[in-house]
Amino acid sequence: MGWFERKDEKPKIPPAKALWAICPKCYSHMEKSVWKANNAICPKCNYHGRLTARERIAQTADAGTFAEVFREVSYSDHLAFHDATGDYKTKVEATIAKTGESESIVMGTCKIGGHAAMLGVMDFAFMGGSLGTGTGEKIARACEQAIAERRPLVIFSASGGARMHEGILSLMQMAKTSAAIARVKEAGLPFISVLTDPTTGGVSASYAMLGDINITEPRALIGFAGRRVIENTIHQKLPADFQSAEYLEKHGFIDRIVERKDMKAFIAKMLAFWHF
Amino acid sequence: MAKVVRKKAGPAKRKAPCAMERVKLARDAKRPHLRDFIANIFDDFEELHGDRLVNDDRGLVGGFATLDGTPVLVLGHNKGETVEENMAANFGMANPDGYRKAMRLAKLAERFGNPVVTFVDTPGAYPGREAEERGQAEAIAKSLEFFSTLKTPVIVVVTGEGGSGGALAIAVGDKVLMLENAVYSVISPEGCAGILWRDGSKAPEAAEALKITAPDLLKLGAIDEIVPEPPGGAQNDRAAACALVRAAIVKALAELAPIAADELVARRYARLRAMGNFY
Ligand SMILES: [Zn+2]
Repeated sequence: MGWFERKDEKPKIPPAKALWAICPKCYSHMEKSVWKANNAICPKCNYHGRLTARERIAQTADAGTFAEVFREVSYSDHLAFHDATGDYKTKVEATIAKTGESESIVMGTCKIGGHAAMLGVMDFAFMGGSLGTGTGEKIARACEQAIAERRPLVIFSASGGARMHEGILSLMQMAKTSAAIARVKEAGLPFISVLTDPTTGGVSASYAMLGDINITEPRALIGFAGRRVIENTIHQKLPADFQSAEYLEKHGFIDRIVERKDMKAFIAKMLAFWHF
Repeated sequence: MAKVVRKKAGPAKRKAPCAMERVKLARDAKRPHLRDFIANIFDDFEELHGDRLVNDDRGLVGGFATLDGTPVLVLGHNKGETVEENMAANFGMANPDGYRKAMRLAKLAERFGNPVVTFVDTPGAYPGREAEERGQAEAIAKSLEFFSTLKTPVIVVVTGEGGSGGALAIAVGDKVLMLENAVYSVISPEGCAGILWRDGSKAPEAAEALKITAPDLLKLGAIDEIVPEPPGGAQNDRAAACALVRAAIVKALAELAPIAADELVARRYARLRAMGNFY
């Protein structure tokens, strides 16, 4: 968990000012404008790249229906955490300024293809989408509001795992969110989990894998332990497609790989099947 | 250069060990492990094997036993004293099959009204190829969800290393006890140091910063009670350590036994729900 910050795990994306984008999966180069025009999808290999939470919301919620909730819930520096590179507080405040978000998940009510829903979208740009106490708190509150208002719950995950700067209470968010999800299901409401690139560590090992259906996008990275950790443990090279969306579907942990252009319609169709 | 918060060990003999010293104690090969707790705390232990799907995981074992005549389910990470024992027990690192076995047995306990006692002592869930292919993430997630609604008392004892998600998967309960020198963390100090300090040798600094000792976790509300250890640590007197754990479990069981199942589950949720709600 927390290996999102590891240098060698970072995708090889050029500095912000560069004109070229490089696909982290097939390494093909293209102009940034091409990458953006193609909705962050690689024209060569169909890798579905990362979107900001706001981009994802715009592509998922019906126009004008998204009303953000729990924005007041943010990070907590209860450990006064600092490491060799500085204070957690400084880092997370910089992230808040950069992304404009209060936490690694944006939560709100909306309609999806006409169906009322509670929608949460994680933003990998916010501390690697890590699961902090604020993230867990927003999810737990969303579950409770979904139950009160009879709304299906939809969460798009993108995360490297738990946020170690928040210590044990970060780990406890895995249990808290999973317990809250259990109550959504007990109330007879569906939970659709969309695991986008990447969803790993403590987030894959809690709410993200608990969908009544788990769906993902082409070539997304999904797993628990990091590839390098596993290779160092078993002293073997892992196959190239290990922990890919396609690999997980083959092994039975993903219901469907859905292209980004079809995602909203797919979710709406499922909600219609289930009478929501 | 970051300020090092670790307190220098003073000359006073009774000074509490620092976080990294506790990490070493928690990993001590001579520390009591699951089989010691089973032998010294319970009677009539009968192990039950397998997840009914693919495997019998050896990193996590379970079975029924009695405690002062009360039948209970015992679940725990399985570590050994020697390399050979640890190889056989996979160093206490469970595969998905282990967590699924735990859920299978806990469902039985729920059906027949047996309280569950779990012993947590693992470096983490096993990072392996088959573990991923069989859904390590899904198994842990499902376990968290499952134990949050289980309608029977669940007592958790963190006895050694509480290694992140692999530990938490059997640590959702009504009462979380923790041995004095055990540690419980979102990531190992070495792992955290490697990432945030870019230097694994800074593990003592990371251990301090992460707040992973029993006194720190009690303050944070992540655990409910500290179980004292014999002087110098549980490894110095395993039988005495087991007796202290036994007394704490007996007390917790007596507290939880009169509570109706629905109320128990509601309180268990409230306990988790309060963790990290700063707003
Ligand atoms: Zn590509």
